[in-house]
Amino acid sequence: MENRTILNRNLAQMLKGGVIMDVTTPEQARIAEAAGACAVMALERIPADIRAAGGVSRMSDPKMIRGIQEAVTIPVMAKCRIGHFAEAQILEAIEIDYIDESEVLSPADDIYHIDKRQFKVPFVCGAKDLGEALRRINEGATMIRTKGEPGTGDIIQAVRHMRMMQSEIRRIKGMEKDELYEVAKQLRVPFDLVEYVHENGKLPVVNFAAGGVATPADAALMMQLGAEGVFVGSGIFKSGNPEKRAQAIVKAVTNYDNPKILAELSEDLGEAMVGINESEIQLLMAERGK
Amino acid sequence: MIAILALQGAFAEHQQMLCRLGEESVLIRNLADWNSFISISDCPKGLILPGGESTTMMRLMKDLELLQPIREAIVGGLPVFGTCAGLILLDHDHLNTMDIIAKRNAYGRQLGSFEISHDIKGLGAIPMTFIRAPYIAEAGPNVEVLSTYDGRIIAARQGQQLVTAFHPELTTDTRVHELFIKEYMISAK
Repeated sequence: MENRTILNRNLAQMLKGGVIMDVTTPEQARIAEAAGACAVMALERIPADIRAAGGVSRMSDPKMIRGIQEAVTIPVMAKCRIGHFAEAQILEAIEIDYIDESEVLSPADDIYHIDKRQFKVPFVCGAKDLGEALRRINEGATMIRTKGEPGTGDIIQAVRHMRMMQSEIRRIKGMEKDELYEVAKQLRVPFDLVEYVHENGKLPVVNFAAGGVATPADAALMMQLGAEGVFVGSGIFKSGNPEKRAQAIVKAVTNYDNPKILAELSEDLGEAMVGINESEIQLLMAERGK
Repeated sequence: MIAILALQGAFAEHQQMLCRLGEESVLIRNLADWNSFISISDCPKGLILPGGESTTMMRLMKDLELLQPIREAIVGGLPVFGTCAGLILLDHDHLNTMDIIAKRNAYGRQLGSFEISHDIKGLGAIPMTFIRAPYIAEAGPNVEVLSTYDGRIIAARQGQQLVTAFHPELTTDTRVHELFIKEYMISAK
């Protein structure tokens, strides 16, 4: 495997057990860093506002992203549209630490994802199931996250996607080797990726939860379901006390299997983001980019 | 028995390394974990501070009331091995147990991450992976330099404390971990 791919997978390994927070200003980025975020996602509008505003949503202004890069020392990520390799080139030019080829923005291509192997900078991509995850990895993604349903504060889709991935991984792990060829065909991915999953019982890259995490309990739930870390988008800065909630979610990810600590840190967090139920959503972002 | 600080970052990779070497380890996520580790008394002990984000780990060490107990244990002679963020945690501005000043993100952002094969004192050439790595900008007279690259200190020892700016745990080469167990933990007894 190419050196760069390994180094990029390695950075994701350093983010494990951590919380990556969406921020829209240098001020929010500093709050996130002080609260213990292991990285920030710089974007002009958080998913809840993208959902509310409608219209076409694009890569953020590079100047705004630079402002956030200057404000913090932790890694800074930014989103480009699915298939929009020119946006990705721009993000690489400003030395972003990780690009999220994201369904939260309006897709730029309804057939092709970005050929991520052409880039030096790493990519994280969303997935609803194992097939999507392995297809993104085959295109060069060095980190995966569940799609969930961004901007809703409703955890149901992230749970569904994580459970789906984990159960497919378990199924493949228990198969005979000669059955893997058929799986590779069904999932439309190369045999060696299926073989990796069969032998190791996990994805070849780090897998985070994203899309709908609003409380420390949500974060703990996703970690117990097998996530290696958590993205929190709207859940923090759409809540009553962002600073306190951010700290609590960070601690919840570290001690995700300790209900006593989770109980303590879930106290007095103020209003959680209001949220929208799955059945009330008109736009399913998770259906973008398969 | 080695405790691995498991607040955030690549602690599982260290655990796998130790497993390969047949060394037992425990993950430290909170004060209760730490107290039960400290109460073990019949074997040589050590502590690993893994790679990850040093700001995150500092925040969690403070909030979970681990900062003082860990600092006291290291000052009291508990052998410690810090990689990358773990190196930063031992410097002047953090736990302040080593007489070093780390420069964070010294090689720039992720595009500056790199991999080399390079000499370290006592082991010869080993694979070294640098991920948004620091280096040691300043080291006091009690610090023994174990390796330099491009004129900068990337590995050092002070008493029972070992630090590397790179990540031996990301490779399959177990020699640095072995060195820590043999020369820092067992000889410390």
